[in-house]
Amino acid sequence: MCNKVGGVHVPDGFLDVPTSVATGALAAGTVALALRRSRAELDDRTAPLAGLAAAFVFAGQMMNFPLPGLPVSGHLIGAVLTAVLVGPWTAVLCMTVVLMVQAVLFADGGLTALGTNVTLMALLAVVLGYGVFRGLAAVLPRTRAGILTATGIAAYLSVPAAALTFVGLFALGGTVDIPVGTVAAALTGVHLLIGLGEAAITVAVVGAVLAVRPDLVHGAARLRPATPLAGRPTTTAEVAR
Amino acid sequence: MTRRGRSLWIAGVVAALVVAGVLSWYASSSPDGLEHAAEQAGFAQSASDSATAGSPLADYLVGGEENRLSAGAAGVIGVVVTLALAGGLTLVLRRRGTPADRT
Repeated sequence: MCNKVGGVHVPDGFLDVPTSVATGALAAGTVALALRRSRAELDDRTAPLAGLAAAFVFAGQMMNFPLPGLPVSGHLIGAVLTAVLVGPWTAVLCMTVVLMVQAVLFADGGLTALGTNVTLMALLAVVLGYGVFRGLAAVLPRTRAGILTATGIAAYLSVPAAALTFVGLFALGGTVDIPVGTVAAALTGVHLLIGLGEAAITVAVVGAVLAVRPDLVHGAARLRPATPLAGRPTTTAEVAR
Repeated sequence: MTRRGRSLWIAGVVAALVVAGVLSWYASSSPDGLEHAAEQAGFAQSASDSATAGSPLADYLVGGEENRLSAGAAGVIGVVVTLALAGGLTLVLRRRGTPADRT
Protein backbone atom coordinates (compact mmCIF):
# COMPACT_ATOMS: atom_id res chain seq x y z
CA MET A 1 0.00 0.00 0.00
CA CYS A 2 1.35 3.32 -0.97
CA ASN A 3 -0.09 5.81 1.44
CA LYS A 4 1.49 8.97 0.13
CA VAL A 5 0.73 11.26 3.00
CA GLY A 6 3.87 13.34 2.80
CA GLY A 7 4.69 15.37 5.84
CA VAL A 8 2.48 15.10 8.85
CA HIS A 9 2.01 18.07 11.10
CA VAL A 10 -0.01 18.56 14.27
CA PRO A 11 -3.61 17.65 13.35
CA ASP A 12 -6.80 19.12 14.80
CA GLY A 13 -7.76 17.58 18.12
CA PHE A 14 -4.37 16.98 19.77
CA LEU A 15 -4.50 20.25 21.71
CA ASP A 16 -7.50 21.89 23.41
CA VAL A 17 -9.14 25.10 22.24
CA PRO A 18 -7.47 27.55 24.69
CA THR A 19 -4.00 26.25 23.77
CA SER A 20 -4.78 26.44 20.06
CA VAL A 21 -6.11 29.98 20.46
CA ALA A 22 -2.96 30.97 22.37
CA THR A 23 -0.59 29.52 19.75
CA GLY A 24 -2.76 31.09 17.05
CA ALA A 25 -2.40 34.52 18.66
CA LEU A 26 1.36 34.03 19.10
CA ALA A 27 1.67 32.94 15.47
CA ALA A 28 -0.38 35.89 14.20
CA GLY A 29 1.68 38.37 16.25
CA THR A 30 4.94 36.88 14.99
CA VAL A 31 3.82 36.98 11.36
CA ALA A 32 2.70 40.62 11.75
CA LEU A 33 6.13 41.51 13.13
CA ALA A 34 7.88 39.50 10.40
CA LEU A 35 5.91 41.35 7.70
CA ARG A 36 7.58 44.57 8.90
CA ARG A 37 11.04 43.27 9.83
CA SER A 38 11.57 41.13 6.71
CA ARG A 39 11.77 44.28 4.56
CA ALA A 40 15.31 44.83 5.80
CA GLU A 41 16.28 41.38 4.51
CA LEU A 42 14.55 41.60 1.14
CA ASP A 43 15.78 43.42 -1.93
CA ASP A 44 15.75 42.83 -5.67
CA ARG A 45 18.41 40.14 -5.36
CA THR A 46 17.16 38.23 -2.33
CA ALA A 47 13.36 38.31 -2.80
CA PRO A 48 13.35 35.73 -5.64
CA LEU A 49 15.49 33.41 -3.50
CA ALA A 50 12.94 33.65 -0.69
CA GLY A 51 10.10 32.42 -2.91
CA LEU A 52 12.33 29.63 -4.14
CA ALA A 53 13.28 28.64 -0.56
CA ALA A 54 9.59 28.30 0.36
CA ALA A 55 8.86 26.16 -2.71
CA PHE A 56 11.88 24.01 -1.93
CA VAL A 57 10.78 23.52 1.69
CA PHE A 58 7.31 22.49 0.48
CA ALA A 59 8.90 19.88 -1.79
CA GLY A 60 11.37 18.75 0.87
CA GLN A 61 8.60 18.22 3.41
CA MET A 62 6.91 15.74 1.02
CA MET A 63 10.05 13.63 0.94
CA ASN A 64 9.73 11.49 4.04
CA PHE A 65 12.93 9.57 4.68
CA PRO A 66 13.00 6.25 6.55
CA LEU A 67 14.79 5.93 9.88
CA PRO A 68 17.08 2.90 9.75
CA GLY A 69 15.65 -0.08 11.62
CA LEU A 70 12.53 1.71 12.80
CA PRO A 71 8.95 1.74 11.46
CA VAL A 72 9.14 5.53 11.45
CA SER A 73 9.92 8.23 8.89
CA GLY A 74 11.05 11.79 9.22
CA HIS A 75 10.91 14.82 6.99
CA LEU A 76 12.61 18.15 6.61
CA ILE A 77 11.33 21.14 8.57
CA GLY A 78 13.49 23.58 6.65
CA ALA A 79 13.42 26.44 9.17
CA VAL A 80 17.20 26.75 9.54
CA LEU A 81 17.66 26.15 5.81
CA THR A 82 15.41 29.10 5.03
CA ALA A 83 16.70 31.35 7.82
CA VAL A 84 20.36 30.92 6.85
CA LEU A 85 19.57 31.47 3.15
CA VAL A 86 17.22 34.45 3.32
CA GLY A 87 17.22 35.71 6.92
CA PRO A 88 15.11 34.83 9.97
CA TRP A 89 12.18 37.23 9.48
CA THR A 90 11.74 36.23 5.87
CA ALA A 91 12.03 32.60 6.98
CA VAL A 92 9.09 33.09 9.36
CA LEU A 93 7.00 34.27 6.39
CA CYS A 94 8.20 31.52 4.03
CA MET A 95 7.56 28.75 6.57
CA THR A 96 4.11 30.19 7.35
CA VAL A 97 3.17 30.21 3.66
CA VAL A 98 4.27 26.56 3.34
CA LEU A 99 2.24 25.53 6.41
CA MET A 100 -0.83 27.43 5.19
CA VAL A 101 -0.69 25.84 1.73
CA GLN A 102 -0.32 22.40 3.34
CA ALA A 103 -3.20 22.90 5.76
CA VAL A 104 -5.63 24.56 3.34
CA LEU A 105 -5.00 22.67 0.08
CA PHE A 106 -3.54 19.34 1.20
CA ALA A 107 -5.27 18.77 4.57
CA ASP A 108 -1.82 18.28 6.12
CA GLY A 109 -1.91 19.77 9.60
CA GLY A 110 -5.23 20.87 11.06
CA LEU A 111 -6.76 24.31 10.43
CA THR A 112 -7.30 24.91 14.15
CA ALA A 113 -3.77 23.57 14.65
CA LEU A 114 -2.28 25.99 12.10
CA GLY A 115 -1.22 28.38 14.86
CA THR A 116 0.46 25.50 16.67
CA ASN A 117 2.30 24.35 13.56
CA VAL A 118 3.39 27.92 12.79
CA THR A 119 4.55 28.33 16.40
CA LEU A 120 6.60 25.11 16.24
CA MET A 121 8.04 25.25 12.72
CA ALA A 122 7.91 28.91 11.64
CA LEU A 123 8.63 30.52 15.01
CA LEU A 124 10.43 28.24 17.46
CA ALA A 125 12.51 26.32 14.91
CA VAL A 126 13.50 29.56 13.13
CA VAL A 127 14.27 31.63 16.24
CA LEU A 128 16.11 28.91 18.12
CA GLY A 129 17.80 27.50 15.02
CA TYR A 130 18.94 30.89 13.75
CA GLY A 131 20.04 31.91 17.25
CA VAL A 132 22.21 28.79 17.52
CA PHE A 133 23.53 29.43 14.01
CA ARG A 134 24.55 33.03 14.81
CA GLY A 135 26.10 32.01 18.12
CA LEU A 136 28.21 29.31 16.52
CA ALA A 137 29.07 31.36 13.44
CA ALA A 138 30.46 34.05 15.75
CA VAL A 139 33.01 31.69 17.29
CA LEU A 140 33.77 29.43 14.32
CA PRO A 141 36.18 30.46 11.53
CA ARG A 142 34.59 32.79 8.97
CA THR A 143 35.00 30.24 6.22
CA ARG A 144 32.60 28.15 4.21
CA ALA A 145 33.32 25.18 6.49
CA GLY A 146 32.61 27.28 9.56
CA ILE A 147 29.28 28.52 8.17
CA LEU A 148 28.26 24.98 7.19
CA THR A 149 29.22 23.55 10.59
CA ALA A 150 27.10 26.18 12.33
CA THR A 151 24.26 25.52 9.88
CA GLY A 152 24.34 21.76 10.45
CA ILE A 153 24.35 21.95 14.24
CA ALA A 154 21.56 24.55 14.25
CA ALA A 155 19.46 22.48 11.84
CA TYR A 156 20.00 19.38 13.96
CA LEU A 157 18.96 21.07 17.21
CA SER A 158 15.88 22.71 15.66
CA VAL A 159 14.19 19.32 15.30
CA PRO A 160 14.30 18.01 18.92
CA ALA A 161 13.61 21.60 20.06
CA ALA A 162 10.37 21.72 18.06
CA ALA A 163 9.43 18.25 19.35
CA LEU A 164 10.08 19.26 22.97
CA THR A 165 8.04 22.42 22.51
CA PHE A 166 5.16 20.27 21.31
CA VAL A 167 5.58 18.20 24.49
CA GLY A 168 5.28 21.41 26.49
CA LEU A 169 2.13 22.43 24.63
CA PHE A 170 0.69 18.95 25.12
CA ALA A 171 1.41 19.19 28.85
CA LEU A 172 -0.52 22.48 28.93
CA GLY A 173 -3.40 21.59 26.66
CA GLY A 174 -3.29 17.99 25.51
CA THR A 175 -6.79 16.56 25.03
CA VAL A 176 -5.76 13.16 26.41
CA ASP A 177 -4.53 12.76 29.98
CA ILE A 178 -1.08 11.21 29.52
CA PRO A 179 1.95 11.85 31.75
CA VAL A 180 4.33 14.39 30.20
CA GLY A 181 7.23 11.96 30.61
CA THR A 182 5.50 9.38 28.39
CA VAL A 183 4.91 11.94 25.63
CA ALA A 184 8.45 13.31 25.93
CA ALA A 185 9.98 9.83 25.81
CA ALA A 186 7.97 8.86 22.73
CA LEU A 187 8.87 12.05 20.84
CA THR A 188 12.46 12.76 21.83
CA GLY A 189 14.27 9.62 20.67
CA VAL A 190 12.84 9.64 17.13
CA HIS A 191 13.38 13.36 16.70
CA LEU A 192 17.02 13.09 17.78
CA LEU A 193 17.39 10.77 14.77
CA ILE A 194 15.24 12.84 12.39
CA GLY A 195 17.46 15.83 13.20
CA LEU A 196 20.36 14.05 11.46
CA GLY A 197 18.36 14.04 8.21
CA GLU A 198 17.45 17.69 8.74
CA ALA A 199 21.13 18.59 9.22
CA ALA A 200 22.27 16.59 6.16
CA ILE A 201 19.69 18.13 3.79
CA THR A 202 20.21 21.64 5.17
CA VAL A 203 24.02 21.49 4.87
CA ALA A 204 23.77 20.06 1.33
CA VAL A 205 21.43 22.81 0.12
CA VAL A 206 23.17 25.73 1.87
CA GLY A 207 26.52 24.32 0.70
CA ALA A 208 25.29 24.21 -2.90
CA VAL A 209 24.08 27.82 -2.82
CA LEU A 210 27.30 28.94 -1.07
CA ALA A 211 29.30 27.31 -3.86
CA VAL A 212 27.62 29.26 -6.66
CA ARG A 213 26.31 32.48 -5.07
CA PRO A 214 27.81 33.03 -1.59
CA ASP A 215 26.74 36.68 -1.82
CA LEU A 216 23.07 35.61 -1.76
CA VAL A 217 23.36 33.64 1.49
CA HIS A 218 22.07 35.83 4.32
CA GLY A 219 23.90 33.88 7.02
CA ALA A 220 27.20 34.16 5.16
CA ALA A 221 27.21 37.97 5.13
CA ARG A 222 30.48 38.01 7.04
CA LEU A 223 32.16 36.08 4.24
CA ARG A 224 31.32 38.90 1.83
CA PRO A 225 33.81 41.64 2.78
CA ALA A 226 36.68 39.35 1.69
CA THR A 227 36.52 40.46 -1.96
CA PRO A 228 36.07 44.26 -1.69
CA LEU A 229 38.57 44.54 1.16
CA ALA A 230 41.24 42.51 -0.63
CA GLY A 231 42.37 45.50 -2.65
CA ARG A 232 42.58 47.82 0.35
CA PRO A 233 45.97 49.54 0.40
CA THR A 234 48.06 48.60 3.39
CA THR A 235 49.00 51.56 5.54
CA THR A 236 52.50 52.03 6.89
CA ALA A 237 51.11 51.66 10.43
CA GLU A 238 49.84 48.17 9.58
CA VAL A 239 53.10 47.20 7.93
CA ALA A 240 55.01 48.35 10.99
CA ARG A 241 52.97 46.03 13.22
CA MET B 1 18.55 39.12 -11.53
CA THR B 2 21.98 38.48 -12.89
CA ARG B 3 22.49 35.60 -15.27
CA ARG B 4 24.05 33.44 -12.53
CA GLY B 5 21.25 34.41 -10.17
CA ARG B 6 18.71 33.38 -12.76
CA SER B 7 20.38 30.00 -13.39
CA LEU B 8 20.45 29.33 -9.64
CA TRP B 9 16.75 30.22 -9.40
CA ILE B 10 15.79 28.02 -12.36
CA ALA B 11 17.88 25.12 -11.03
CA GLY B 12 16.20 25.46 -7.64
CA VAL B 13 12.68 25.52 -9.07
CA VAL B 14 13.44 22.48 -11.23
CA ALA B 15 14.86 20.64 -8.20
CA ALA B 16 11.72 21.44 -6.15
CA LEU B 17 9.45 20.31 -9.00
CA VAL B 18 11.38 17.05 -9.43
CA VAL B 19 11.35 16.30 -5.68
CA ALA B 20 7.63 17.10 -5.27
CA GLY B 21 6.47 15.82 -8.65
CA VAL B 22 8.52 12.65 -9.09
CA LEU B 23 10.68 11.62 -6.12
CA SER B 24 7.96 12.13 -3.49
CA TRP B 25 6.22 8.98 -4.78
CA TYR B 26 9.19 7.03 -3.43
CA ALA B 27 9.12 8.75 -0.04
CA SER B 28 8.83 6.54 3.03
CA SER B 29 5.21 5.77 3.88
CA SER B 30 6.00 4.81 7.47
CA PRO B 31 4.26 6.99 10.07
CA ASP B 32 6.31 10.13 10.69
CA GLY B 33 7.92 11.02 14.01
CA LEU B 34 4.90 12.76 15.50
CA GLU B 35 2.38 10.16 14.30
CA HIS B 36 4.53 7.35 15.63
CA ALA B 37 5.03 9.05 18.99
CA ALA B 38 1.29 9.74 19.26
CA GLU B 39 0.59 6.03 18.74
CA GLN B 40 3.27 5.04 21.25
CA ALA B 41 2.14 7.46 23.92
CA GLY B 42 -1.54 6.75 23.25
CA PHE B 43 -2.97 10.02 21.98
CA ALA B 44 -3.13 9.26 18.25
CA GLN B 45 -6.90 8.72 18.42
CA SER B 46 -7.49 12.28 19.59
CA ALA B 47 -6.66 13.55 16.08
CA SER B 48 -9.73 14.65 14.18
CA ASP B 49 -10.14 15.05 10.44
CA SER B 50 -9.11 18.41 9.10
CA ALA B 51 -11.88 20.72 7.90
CA THR B 52 -10.11 20.55 4.55
CA ALA B 53 -10.04 16.72 4.45
CA GLY B 54 -12.49 16.91 1.52
CA SER B 55 -10.12 19.09 -0.51
CA PRO B 56 -9.48 17.72 -4.02
CA LEU B 57 -5.79 17.75 -3.09
CA ALA B 58 -6.13 16.12 0.35
CA ASP B 59 -3.30 13.74 1.28
CA TYR B 60 -1.16 15.05 -1.60
CA LEU B 61 -3.25 13.25 -4.23
CA VAL B 62 -5.49 14.72 -6.92
CA GLY B 63 -9.05 13.55 -6.24
CA GLY B 64 -7.78 10.83 -3.91
CA GLU B 65 -6.40 8.79 -6.82
CA GLU B 66 -3.48 6.75 -5.51
CA ASN B 67 -1.21 6.72 -8.48
CA ARG B 68 2.03 8.29 -9.60
CA LEU B 69 0.38 10.82 -11.90
CA SER B 70 -2.04 12.10 -9.28
CA ALA B 71 0.63 12.29 -6.57
CA GLY B 72 3.06 13.98 -8.95
CA ALA B 73 0.46 16.52 -10.08
CA ALA B 74 -0.41 17.32 -6.45
CA GLY B 75 3.27 17.91 -5.69
CA VAL B 76 3.73 20.16 -8.72
CA ILE B 77 0.60 22.18 -7.82
CA GLY B 78 1.91 22.59 -4.27
CA VAL B 79 5.31 23.85 -5.45
CA VAL B 80 3.76 26.29 -7.93
CA VAL B 81 1.22 27.66 -5.41
CA THR B 82 3.89 28.01 -2.68
CA LEU B 83 6.29 29.70 -5.10
CA ALA B 84 3.58 32.11 -6.26
CA LEU B 85 2.42 33.02 -2.73
CA ALA B 86 5.80 33.25 -1.00
CA GLY B 87 7.50 34.75 -4.06
CA GLY B 88 4.70 37.27 -4.56
CA LEU B 89 4.73 38.26 -0.89
CA THR B 90 8.49 38.76 -0.73
CA LEU B 91 8.49 40.71 -4.03
CA VAL B 92 5.86 43.06 -2.63
CA LEU B 93 7.74 43.49 0.65
CA ARG B 94 11.20 44.00 -0.84
CA ARG B 95 13.00 47.30 -0.94
CA ARG B 96 13.14 48.46 -4.55
CA GLY B 97 16.31 49.27 -6.43
CA THR B 98 19.75 47.73 -6.39
CA PRO B 99 21.76 47.68 -3.15
CA ALA B 100 24.10 50.30 -4.64
CA ASP B 101 21.23 52.81 -4.81
CA ARG B 102 20.96 52.79 -1.04
CA THR B 103 23.51 53.88 1.47
